[in-house]
Amino acid sequence: MSIFFYFGRYLLFLRSMFTQPEKLSVYVERLFAEMVAIGIGSLPIVILISIFQGAVTTVQTAYQLVTPMIPKTTIGIIVSDSTILELAPTITSLVLAGKVGSHIASEIGTMRINEEIDALEVMGINSAAFLGLPKILAGIVMIPILVIISIFLSELGGILAGHLSGVLTADQYIQGARSSFQLFNLQFSLIKAFTFGFIITSVSCFHGYFTQGGALEVGESSTKAVVYSSIMILVSDYLLAQLFLKV
Amino acid sequence: MIELIDVRKSYQEKEVLKGISTVFETGKINLVIGASGHGKSVLMRSMVGLIDIDQGSISYDKRVLDYENYDQTREIRRDIGMLFQGSALFNSASVQDNVEFPLKMFTTMTKEERLDRVNFCLKHVNLENVNSKFPSEISGGMKKRVGIARAIALDIKYLFCDEPNSGLDPITSRVIDNLIKDITEEFNITTIINTHDMKTVFDIGDNIIFIYNGDKWWEGTKSGVKNSNNKELQAFLNASYIE
Ligand SMILES: Nc1ncnc2c1ncn2[C@@H]1O[C@H](COP(=O)(O)OP(=O)(O)OP(=O)(O)O)[C@@H](O)[C@H]1O
Ligand SMILES: [Mg+2]
Repeated sequence: MSIFFYFGRYLLFLRSMFTQPEKLSVYVERLFAEMVAIGIGSLPIVILISIFQGAVTTVQTAYQLVTPMIPKTTIGIIVSDSTILELAPTITSLVLAGKVGSHIASEIGTMRINEEIDALEVMGINSAAFLGLPKILAGIVMIPILVIISIFLSELGGILAGHLSGVLTADQYIQGARSSFQLFNLQFSLIKAFTFGFIITSVSCFHGYFTQGGALEVGESSTKAVVYSSIMILVSDYLLAQLFLKV
Repeated sequence: MIELIDVRKSYQEKEVLKGISTVFETGKINLVIGASGHGKSVLMRSMVGLIDIDQGSISYDKRVLDYENYDQTREIRRDIGMLFQGSALFNSASVQDNVEFPLKMFTTMTKEERLDRVNFCLKHVNLENVNSKFPSEISGGMKKRVGIARAIALDIKYLFCDEPNSGLDPITSRVIDNLIKDITEEFNITTIINTHDMKTVFDIGDNIIFIYNGDKWWEGTKSGVKNSNNKELQAFLNASYIE
């Protein structure tokens, strides 16, 4: 079936969540559980990739800027700006699409084939809202927080790598990073993180929710969740850049 | 009372329900019998609004179920308890949490009141000391009983059971049959059971509907079942005799 069919279904799925919750307190409880699962659960991988990402970018930027005419602080400028604008929000989100997205899709997909979603429905519960809303809200809150952590650790990784490889000192790095820092870049980064958080959770809920068949199809939904949220992250990354960054 | 008028459903070319009309009375155990693949589950899922029927109407004490009107469907469903063919317990929650869940969602009970109710329901289905077990840690028959306990946790008016004793040993089957009978009488609810267990039919059936190829082929009481001269029903019956 066509892409329009799926996109329409995706929008209807999102719309169906906007109803009066059966019981607010249960939704809030689930929201906190999801925030812990997404936030704390993803922390180790975010720490790992951020430090290495900052370190590698620093070493490679230094390698590209070989002429002595360019001051060392330029490396700090380039690494810091690209971390804030692109690397931290996008790379982190792509990795989280793999980790969080596949988990959400397989969790909801398993509930679907096990008739747990039907059981929720027959109880008179809006299953789309009950399963989806807490995850989506947790995603748009926690993923920006993870991105802030990622920015911080990437810079740290950059400083560390500069120091260890003797390319530039911590002072030079920080001086460069501060000289080019703009608050707007950070805001833009968070707008991206917010959008990507929404994409990862909503697309994965969608693919899990409409799983049909058995265990094999749950695996397929999980793969689709990762693939489609990654594609949507990249496309919206480009669109947001077009929209917000006036040269 | 649940009334069906000319309920029809097709999948692609295949007509699965061919215009079923009947009435399920309050306080009675209504059995839907028929061979595998003849449309029992589809009928039951249509009745609770999980399947959008092509034609006909389903009404709960004069409230007509409208698949398009989701809020009203949810309203009716608050009065429904259902045991699924595969139990459909929440696998990530303990037995206690499974039974407590509807109470948590739809009542303002305190934690203690809820626990009392959970233990009351579990006791009703002869399950004690399994509160902290997970669905993967209990047997199929126990899962069905937890499913029933969850279905009756709230004060329901309609109870649906899709093959409550398929895959169970004869003794447990009788336990579950009697349980459903007791619950139906005690709370005066409308109970509908899909089954191909003839023992269930003769033990607890008040009103029996025989589904054949998506059609209502025969309807009557359990004494009528033996005396009927419906060829397919007799064949179905003869196949179950052991003597
Ligand atoms: N989603 C579907 N798509 C296509 N055909 C379906 C679908 N669901 C059910 N059917 C068909 O409808 C018919 C009736 O199925 P149903 O599950 O109601 O049988 P049943 O009487 O409950 O059988 P059993 O006793 O084995 O549970 C079957 O032939 C089945 O192939
Ligand atoms: Mg069936």
